[in-house]
Formats: sequence, structure tokens, C-alpha cells
Amino acid sequence: MTEKKAVSAEVPKETPVLKAVHLGISFGGLKAVDDFNMEIGRSELVGLIGPNGAGKTTVFNLLTGVYKPTEGAFYLNGKKMNGRKTYQVVEEGIARTFQNIRLFKKMTVLENVKVAMNKDMHYSPLASIFRTNSFWREEHDTDERAMELLDIVGLGDKKDAMAMNLPYGQQRKLEIARALGTNMRLLLLDEPAAGMNPVETDELLDIINNIRRTFGISVLLIEHDMSLVMRVCERIQVIDYGVTIAKGTPEEIAHNPRVIEAYLGKQAEKEVLNMKDASGHVIGEEGSAAAADAEPDKAEKPDETAGAGTPNR
Amino acid sequence: MPKSAKVSSLINLIGVFALYFLFLAIFESGIFGAKTDYFKGIATTACYTIIMVTSLNLLVGIMGEFSLGHAGFMSVGAYASAVFTNAIANSGIPDFPMFLLALLVGGAAAALTGFLVGVPALKLRGDYLCIVTVAFAEIIRVCFTNFKITGGGRTMSGIAKLSDFYWVYWVTVVCVTLMFLLIRSRFGRTVRAIREDYIAAEASGVNVTFYKVATFTISAFFAGVAGAIYAHYMTAMIPTSFNFAYSAEFLTEVIIGGAGSMTGSIIGATFLSALPEAMRTFARYRMLAYSIVLVIVMIFRPGGIFGTWEFSLTRLLKKIFRVKGTAPGGKGADAAKAGKTGKGASV
Repeated sequence: MTEKKAVSAEVPKETPVLKAVHLGISFGGLKAVDDFNMEIGRSELVGLIGPNGAGKTTVFNLLTGVYKPTEGAFYLNGKKMNGRKTYQVVEEGIARTFQNIRLFKKMTVLENVKVAMNKDMHYSPLASIFRTNSFWREEHDTDERAMELLDIVGLGDKKDAMAMNLPYGQQRKLEIARALGTNMRLLLLDEPAAGMNPVETDELLDIINNIRRTFGISVLLIEHDMSLVMRVCERIQVIDYGVTIAKGTPEEIAHNPRVIEAYLGKQAEKEVLNMKDASGHVIGEEGSAAAADAEPDKAEKPDETAGAGTPNR
Repeated sequence: MPKSAKVSSLINLIGVFALYFLFLAIFESGIFGAKTDYFKGIATTACYTIIMVTSLNLLVGIMGEFSLGHAGFMSVGAYASAVFTNAIANSGIPDFPMFLLALLVGGAAAALTGFLVGVPALKLRGDYLCIVTVAFAEIIRVCFTNFKITGGGRTMSGIAKLSDFYWVYWVTVVCVTLMFLLIRSRFGRTVRAIREDYIAAEASGVNVTFYKVATFTISAFFAGVAGAIYAHYMTAMIPTSFNFAYSAEFLTEVIIGGAGSMTGSIIGATFLSALPEAMRTFARYRMLAYSIVLVIVMIFRPGGIFGTWEFSLTRLLKKIFRVKGTAPGGKGADAAKAGKTGKGASV
């Protein structure tokens, strides 16, 4: 872990970890994301919220190279990342989790993390055929590092379990451990608390704060659970119909009329203004349960989100 | 190398030799009398079928993509090696090096083809890729039916008979062990991750295209080796024998044995290549029985007979002798060992 700290220390504080400038993408005539600007500093936790179909996951897909931006650019540690493929973006240090959990289901918990560490392993096919010392050493070292990460998310004792057999909350944690395995600078969390009960959500918060402290990682969080967003995020950016409608601290966002309008429509605005975060919480919950928006990850396996969310409720 | 791994490789090595000597004893003692060559023939067939099916298992079981054109790669390997050995037939190279060279040429030709087909085709997935592989095998078949060098549609005969059973046995052991070792390394782990979820694999920093093409190429290489054995065992062949039905047969054997299980592939291949011979007397009902077996297996074991389970000689011995202290995880030669059990069953 030490080398990780050393690398991040070299990054001057002024250079933001992530900088998106006028980032945008259109599908045909539809501008899914337009003029998206964002800066995330080291160890910062920024929230990205918006109603269903606002384009949040599209932003993630842009930042991870799944989609190629049609306008603008984004930089990681000052390095332009446009046009890179997903695995190249990951190599540079952006990792993500998925809205509907995507684990390697029929592989063990430990293997799930080790797959993400593959890019930092160097032994050749010949070394694996002859089972050379470098093979055993690297496999052993990777095992140890993977176990450290699993301990951080509290899955150390489950290393030989099949990923598919983990309870829902632990699958979420495993996804985070796997993302950590890629040795990233910036972690994108796509609705990490969806389908979790309050206890699991709290544990998750602890984990997120813990990894920020330990590794100096910056986090960009998409979340429908308003209470969570309000509690943990240092800054929040709100988008609706692909356009940024507000930026600021949780306090500012909670009282921003445009945000309330986007979530509830104009009439509700006045009533809600008088209420506090608690109401936002309820609204958010509904949003995440319905959650079947037009975002591509979803569209592929809509049944998973619905099915996975229920057992805990 | 951990001690347990050393012990288990040693055990497996002994196992492979034991099976070899068993075959040696059976065939050289002349127990079967005049039928010895016939049984040797079946054993050779089982061997190259094992290589074919395990190599296809790399694609189907490990990478999770179906290929219905694997006989096409076999055909490339068979013809390339046959043309090669014909060309250097009079150079005075002894049989054994010649045999190895033929295998390498067959494998390399098939690997090259696999690479060329894989680069564009592996942008596709699932059904679409499957159709492309069918088309590929058909193209190869039509090409070989028309090329002069491959006999131009007539039987290509007069290929040197190099595939001696004992050599083929060791080639099979080596091929299966190589594939097994690759699967049990970071490469196999990565390819399995792609099978499980390619989007998540890509998001974990895996260059999906690279690993898919590499696996496809490796799989084609071993199919080419099997083809070279085939050519130098049959000594005469015709392009139409590498048809769709032959490809489908390999896929069936993978599925029946259990996609993802090398043990399953080996036993599936042995069983299904020996079965037609065993049922020769009921030739009329052969296909009927074959289909019934397939249907029964698919009903009761939809994941294949062995699922993803692997046979381990080390584990078996430990169970028998209840030896304590050595850790599990028989690497390396497990598969080779399983290969022997399989072949043992066939004879």
C-alpha cells in the first residue's frame, strides 16, 4: 500500500483529480448530457444527483470511456482522457461500481478482486506454464494484497465463497473491493446504497470514508438516497435532462428551488421548502425503487435490479 | 514452488506414467491378438478427440462463447501439416522429429487462421459469433475442396503414417496439461471473468478484446495439433469430413462432459469416440442410442455430467490413504491424470 500513497503525494494539490470541461454527448438529436463541468480534488467526495433519466449514469459512462464524448473533454490528474477505451481509463486510475451489481458471479470473492489486480501482474504465459518462481511469488503477493482490500470492506472471512452466494449488501462491498483492486485515484459509485437497509447503508458509509482516508481516493457518488447524499457529500451537483441545474454544498442544494422543482414539480415547491431533509429522504427512496430509467446498464438487465432489491426490504 | 504443489505434480506425473505403462502392457502383450491394432486405433482417435474437445472447452467453458466451426481449425491443421510432411518427405528427417514438426506446423497454421478470424469476429458475441464460426468452417471446407494443393476435392492420400499411439498419448498429455496450467493462472482467471461479465471485466482494467483473441488463437492452435495427428493417423482425408456435423459433435462432447470442466471434456471425448465403435454391432440403432443419451444427460444434468468439477489424483489419494499435512489444490497434472482415467475407460 505504501507505493500507492507515494504516487498520490506527487500530485500537486492544485491539479484536480478529475476535471470535466464542457463535456457532452448526443445520441442522434438527443443531448443526453450537455455542457457538464466538474472538478474533484484529492480525497473529495462529490455527489451527483438528479431525477430518473437525468443522465447521471451517462456521465459515468462518459467518464469511464464506455461512451465517447461528442463535445468537451475530461482530464484525470491533468491528463486528457478523451477517446480512451474503458480498460485504458481504468489503467489511468478511474474505477467504478455498477447500479445493478455486476460481479463475476461464479468466481470466488478472492478471485473477483484478483481479476482487477491482473493489470499490475506481469508474469508471462510461459511463466505460468512452467510455474516459475515469479508465478508463485506474484500469485502469493496478489493474494495478500487482495486479502488486505477484502479486510477493509469486511469480507476477509468470505474469500472462498462464490460471489453469487453473498448477501446483497456484501455483494456491494465486494464491488467496492474489486474497484479498489484496480489501484485507482477516483472511484465512481453508481447508487451504492440502492436496495440496502439503513444498517448496511451506515456500514457502507464507514467503508467509503475509511478508503478515502487510507488511500486518499476521491469519490464521485450517484445516489437516490437523499439522506445519504446530504450526510456524506462535501459538494453536490444536480443535473436534470442532461443539464447541470445546481452546484453547491448540501445545505444550498436542499434549499435550491430549481432542484426541488426538478424533483417534485413546481407546485410542490413551496410546501417542500418548509420541510427538511427527511422529506427528501422519502422521495429519494421512491425514486430508487422505481429506478427503471432509460440508462443503458439498466436496459440490459432490468430484472436484476428489481429482483435484487426486494429481499432486504 | 509450494511443497504441496510439488507433491501433487509428482503424484500426477507418476499417474501419467502408470497409465502409459498400462497401455504399453495391454497393447504389447497381445491380449487382444489380432484386434490390438483396432483398439490402438480407437485409443488414438480418443486422444485427438480429447485435444479437440478440451481446446473447444477453452472457448465454450472458460470464455463462454460458442463455436460451431472448430472442425474448420482442425481441417486447417490437418491439411497444413500434411502438405508440409509431403513436401519434406524425402529429406531424411527421422519419423519422430518429423511428427513433432508436423504438429507444430499444423498448430501454427490453425493459430494464424484463428487469429485472422478472431480479430474481426470477436467483436460479436453469443449467437452472432456462433454463426460466424459456422460460416468460417464452411469457407475453409469449400476452399480446400477447390485448392489444388489439398487434392482439389478428391481424397488427399499418401500422407506419411506418423501418428503412433504412444507418441500421440504423450502429445495429448502435454497439450491437456498446457491448457490446464494456462487456465489455472492469471490468464485463465481473466478469461473466466470475461465469461462472467465482460462489462465488469473491462471496468476492472481487462483488455477484453486482447484476451478473447488470444484465447481464440490458443484454442485454434490445439485444434490444429489435433488435426495434424488426425492427418498422420488416417493418412488419407477429404475436406468434406470436416463438416458441420463434426463440429457439432465436438460441441456436444463439451456440453455433455460439462462446459468448464477439463475432466468432463476428456471423459466426454473418450466416451463419445469409443461409443460408436462399441455399438458397431447395433449399427442400426447407434444414432438412436446416441440421441437418447444426449437427451437424458441434458434433462438430468443440464450443466453437463461433471459441471465444472475437476478430477484430482492428489485429492483421491488423500481420501484413500487419509494422509494429513499436504494442502489440496493438485495443479498441473490433474488434468493429465484425468486424461488417463478417461482413456483407460475407453479401452
